Amino acid sequence: MYKIVRKETLNDAAFEMEIEAPMVARKCEAGQFIILRVGEDGERIPLTIGDFDREKGTITIVVQAVGFSTKQLEKLEVGDEVTDFVGPLGRPTEFHDGLKRVVGVCGGIGAAPVYPQLKALAEKGVKVDVIIGGREAQYVLWADKFKTFCDHVYIATDNGELGTKGFGTTVLQQLIDEGVKFDEVIAIGPVIMMKNVVKVTKPYNIPTSVSLNPIMVDGTGMCGCCRVTVDGQTKFACVDGPDFDGLNVDFDELMERQRFFKKEEKYVDEHADRICDLMRGAE
Amino acid sequence: MADAVRRKPNMAKEKVKMPEQDPNVRNRNFEEVALGYTPEMAMEEATRCLNCKKPFCMEGCPVNVPIPRFIEQVVAGNFEKAYEIITEENALPAITGRVCPQENQCEGKCVRGRAKGCESVGIGRLERFVADYHREHGEHKKPHIEQNGKKVAVVGSGPAGITCAGELARRGYDVHVFEALHKTGGVLSYGIPEFRLPKTIVQAEADVVADYGVDFETNVVVGRTITVDELEEAGYDAVFVGSGAGLPRFQGIPGENLNGVYSANEFLTRVNLMKGYMFPDRPTPVKISPTVCVVGAGNVAMDAARTAKRLGAENVYIVYRRSEEEAPARKEEIHHAKEEGIQFKFLTNPIAVNGDEEGWVKSITCQEMELGEADASGRRRPVPVEGHTFDIETGTFIVAIGQSPNPLIRQTTPGLDTQKWGGIIVNEETMETSRDSVYAGGDAVTGAATVILAMGAGKKAAIAIDEKLSGK
Repeated sequence: MYKIVRKETLNDAAFEMEIEAPMVARKCEAGQFIILRVGEDGERIPLTIGDFDREKGTITIVVQAVGFSTKQLEKLEVGDEVTDFVGPLGRPTEFHDGLKRVVGVCGGIGAAPVYPQLKALAEKGVKVDVIIGGREAQYVLWADKFKTFCDHVYIATDNGELGTKGFGTTVLQQLIDEGVKFDEVIAIGPVIMMKNVVKVTKPYNIPTSVSLNPIMVDGTGMCGCCRVTVDGQTKFACVDGPDFDGLNVDFDELMERQRFFKKEEKYVDEHADRICDLMRGAE
Repeated sequence: MADAVRRKPNMAKEKVKMPEQDPNVRNRNFEEVALGYTPEMAMEEATRCLNCKKPFCMEGCPVNVPIPRFIEQVVAGNFEKAYEIITEENALPAITGRVCPQENQCEGKCVRGRAKGCESVGIGRLERFVADYHREHGEHKKPHIEQNGKKVAVVGSGPAGITCAGELARRGYDVHVFEALHKTGGVLSYGIPEFRLPKTIVQAEADVVADYGVDFETNVVVGRTITVDELEEAGYDAVFVGSGAGLPRFQGIPGENLNGVYSANEFLTRVNLMKGYMFPDRPTPVKISPTVCVVGAGNVAMDAARTAKRLGAENVYIVYRRSEEEAPARKEEIHHAKEEGIQFKFLTNPIAVNGDEEGWVKSITCQEMELGEADASGRRRPVPVEGHTFDIETGTFIVAIGQSPNPLIRQTTPGLDTQKWGGIIVNEETMETSRDSVYAGGDAVTGAATVILAMGAGKKAAIAIDEKLSGK
């Protein structure tokens, strides 16, 4: 039903998959996410949409194989199917009017969800730049894809292997210091990175949009697990987001909430073989 | 039938006892609590029915099950015939036999229960017996139904949606049910725990409806994957919305976003739908501390508390701001919870969740309450007893104070009128909404209520849809 039509290894941690899901591809917009499952008793894995092809009816996702379930997904090959694939979930990105220049700041696999947002802006005639950050050169993703419509593609690596030595925020600060005027910053990546981007943009009051990925179960507003605090109010990332006004997000709370099941996640990852056997036995 | 009426009724005051797992055994497993009647027990209980000329019991049934007629067949040992009679009106008898609040419905009206010290006929237990007997012994026939060429879309595969779909399919409609989750059943799958309603039974009854020709499509979120407008454009002649009341409410007190706080929906979804009760043999985690505190006293709160106990909690508290008398849960559920060692703290209202330095719950602060004047609901309003607060040390706090309708359909369906609190407004005779040929029923209309009321609404809507589309 949801067949994998393309799979690429991106680096030692991440991979890219294009999956057939015509109903999702027909309808999805930048900013939205999907949930997929591998196996009859598999976890529901939320992933932000990286790219989509309405004609082919496919969705592209970029995944970091960090735990049990993402590693199960990584084991699948072209021609295999995922058990479930639902979407598009969440609200599409709402772009402000009158934008002239926007910069995307991406960390690691955050490049994938930034991509459709910048692409949509470029199609509206907005000038877009992107700053792609990664620990080493291998973690800098999708630079070529961004080059097709971005005015500038800046790269930053922690070790200086590629582009500027430092973080995405280092480049962003430099550009602001040089007097480049951004009407909006779109920052997506690890929570700590988004928090640091906001530290840079807040003093200048530059509107900063972030895409949040708290722990989720159903992804349709039912469980409330993904609650985040924005401007002092509790929001559900799955139905009120996942995009939020970064200047008002409580990132520290989000980081704490992401640790809720750390111990359990580690246990499951370490006992993956046994659990796979049990799950297969039940099917 | 005439012979049956003349049979001498069994005037035993009490129902034949339902065999149950021992409370101290069952509070450590997820097997079903009530084990069900044997054929002998069922036949004996059935003889307590007076087969009244004017069966009040049926007035109490939202789906009009012909109760005396099916019970007479149980008396005679014709269990398959009894099943046929029940399913003329109720497509999900193994489910309703387990989760209906019969004491407020059929059994609440039974004349046998009116005399002092007497219990009504165990109608629910008999219904359950008949359904289980059929599932285990009966012949499974795939009915042949003449198609009428008309298409209906049903949003949600919970009790309202399944019932509406089944009724329409039996009348020859081509029915497609769209379910947002990966499994059918709605609240029957994600909400009600295994020990009250085994999931194999939910799937078996959904399969019966599928045999009528209903097509179930999972992983479709109506409002996101496809809208109601797009369903109409795709050629559906009518749409029934049974999307339930899935949005959890929180109290809005400090500390609700600490780690260790769950909505009852999240907790139960992890355990039931995702099989968290099998963790770590299954990957979706659920974790609790040795002491668990649940706020609320409805059926969902009881389910959450009893589930926590089964997951290994030593102390499970239910805190509720009113007294036991006002608790909205079924009496039987409260009774079962008490038997299993759940501790109730009535007239107690949590006012803050307190956390440690790393963002984990360590205690909750509660306000002692007393009952004052009656409020709008007719129940005495709980008011704080000034200066009386205390803390309960707990690492897990589960919020079970109710759910609101999911806003997705109302946000994406222009012209659909809703109440301020989110419920879809319908014509109560036909369940038709402000949108022509769009119907709704169940918790999406009423807010969180019962399985059987949702089924009643689904059935009513099916009849109205049939009348409209067939031009009757």
